[in-house]
Amino acid sequence: MNRRRFIAGMTAAGLTGTASAFSFFGLFGDDEPTAVELYPRRPLKASRRAFSVDESPTDEADAIGYTNFYEFGTEKGDAQRYGERFKPEPWRLTIDGECERPGDYTLEDILKPHPLEERIYRLRCVETWSMVIPWVGFPLADLLKRFAPTSRAKYVAFETLYDPEQMPGQRRAVVEWPYREGLRMDEAMHPLTLIAVGMYGETLPVQNGAPLRLVVPWKYGFKSIKSIVRIHFSEKLPVTTWNQLQPDEYGFYANVNPAVDHPRWSQARERPVGGWRRRDTLPFNGYAEEVAHLYHGMDLAKYF
Amino acid sequence: MKRLSLDRGAWLAIFVLALVPAAWLLRDALYSALGPNPVEALSHRTGDWTLRFLMLVLAITPMRVLFGWSWPVRYRRMIGLFAFFYATLHFLTWLVIDEGLLWDAIVEDIYKRPFITVGFLAYLLLIPLAATSSRMAMRRLGRRWKTLHRLVYLVAVLGVIHYLWLVKLDVREPLIYAVILLFLLLVRLWYSMKRGR
Ligand code: HEM
Repeated sequence: MNRRRFIAGMTAAGLTGTASAFSFFGLFGDDEPTAVELYPRRPLKASRRAFSVDESPTDEADAIGYTNFYEFGTEKGDAQRYGERFKPEPWRLTIDGECERPGDYTLEDILKPHPLEERIYRLRCVETWSMVIPWVGFPLADLLKRFAPTSRAKYVAFETLYDPEQMPGQRRAVVEWPYREGLRMDEAMHPLTLIAVGMYGETLPVQNGAPLRLVVPWKYGFKSIKSIVRIHFSEKLPVTTWNQLQPDEYGFYANVNPAVDHPRWSQARERPVGGWRRRDTLPFNGYAEEVAHLYHGMDLAKYF
Repeated sequence: MKRLSLDRGAWLAIFVLALVPAAWLLRDALYSALGPNPVEALSHRTGDWTLRFLMLVLAITPMRVLFGWSWPVRYRRMIGLFAFFYATLHFLTWLVIDEGLLWDAIVEDIYKRPFITVGFLAYLLLIPLAATSSRMAMRRLGRRWKTLHRLVYLVAVLGVIHYLWLVKLDVREPLIYAVILLFLLLVRLWYSMKRGR
C-alpha cells in the first residue's frame, strides 16, 4: 500500500469515526422525532363536539412525538423511542375507596355506556410550551357517577400503570412509581374534565397515554395523568407525584396561572409548539369563565 | 516551511470542525428540522456547545500535564473564541427569539430567575476574555493577562450551575459536566501545587 492511499484511508476512517461518534452522543441535537406508530390506532366516532376552542390544532406528529412521559424516560421522544413493548390492550381498571360500587373492571366495561365527544382543548405544560389538541372522550363525571361515590369522597386519586417491562423508564427511580395524580371532587365532576380515549379522530397513541387518560384543560399538563389503571375515591388529600417531588415548585392544584411564577421561571407567557413566537398565557388557560368559581375566595398564590 | 504549512492545515481542520455544529444548526433551521419546539432546540443546542467548548479549553493544560501533549496549546485561543461564538449565538437566541427583545421581560428574567442571572453573568465575564484574546492585548497586559484569563474557570463553573438550575428533574447530564469540570480543575490544582513546591 502506498503512503498516499494509506493517509487517504486513515483520513476517511477518522472522519467517519468522528461523525458516528458525534451522532452517537447526540451532538447534533436529538433526532427530533416525527410520530412513530407503536401500536395500531383505530378510528373513533365522536357523536358531537363540545367546549371546543376556536384555534387550529397542533400538528399531530408534534403532539405525538413531543411528550413528557417519564415512564419511558425523561426526554421528550423517549416514549416513542422506548415504548414499543407497551400493550394498551387488554387493560383493566381498579375502582376503589369511598364508593358503593368498587371493583375490577375491563376497559370495555368502563367505556361501553359512554358516547364519545370531540373536544378541542388548549394544553399548557408547566415547562411553558403549549398545544391545541382535539381529544376524543367523555366527561369524567359520567364515569365517576356510575360507582356511586359516598359523601366521604372528597377527592379522586388516579394511578398510572406500573410495569417496568412495558415502561422501561420505571427501572430508574426518578419518581416514586406509580405516577399519581388527584383532583378535588368538584374539579373531577366539572363538565370540562375529560377522560380521553383518543385524539385526532383515532385511539390514543402510546406516547399520549393509551388506552385512557385524564384531561384537565385548565391545569398544567402534569395533572392530566396518562394510562390510568386505578381510580380511588378518598376523604383525604391524595399524594400527587410532582407535588411530592418538589412541593415548593408544584402544588396540588396546579391551575394555569400567568400571575404565579414557577420559582425558577416565569409562567406569564408560553411557546406554542410548532411555532417560533411566544404568546401570553391566560388565567386558567383560558377557561376562567367556566372554572374560576371553583376557587372562589382561595389565595391562588398560596394554593398554586 | 513545511512544518508551518502542516500547522496551518491542522488549524484549518480544527476551525472547520468547530464550525460544523453551527452549520448543522443553520441547516436544521433552514429545513425546519429543529423539531416541535424550535426555540427550545436552538437554545439547548447552542448552550450545549458553549459548555462543550468551555470544557475543551479547560482540558488543554490537563492534556499536557497528563499525557505530555503540548500541541493543543496552539489552538487554545481559537477554541476559546469558539466558546464565545456559541455563547453569543445562545445569548442571542434567548434575547431576540425567545424574549423577542421585550426589554421589561428581559430585565425581569435577569434579576428574578437565578439560572438566567448566572448564565448572564457567565456571558458577561466571557466578553473581556474574548476582547483581550489577541497577541497585542496579551503583550500589553503582560502579567495581568494571565490573571484576567483565569476567569474562564469561573465562567465554566457558572455555566454548569446555570445548567443544573434550569433542569426540571433529571440532573444526570449537568452532573456529567460537573464531574468533568471538577476533574479538570483538580488536575490543574494538583499540577500547580506540585510546581509550587
Ligand atoms: C457561558 C455561558 C453559558 C453557558 C455555558 C450556557 C449553557 C447552557 C446549557 C448547557 C443549557 C442547557 C442545554 C440543554 O438542556 O441541552 C442552557 C440552556 C439555556 N440557557 Fe444558557 N448558557 C450560558 C449563558 C446563557 C445566557 C447569557 C442566557 C440568557 C441570558 C442563557 C439562557 C438559557 C436558556 C433560556 C436556556 C434554556 C432553558 C429552557 O428553555 O430549557 N444562557 N444554557
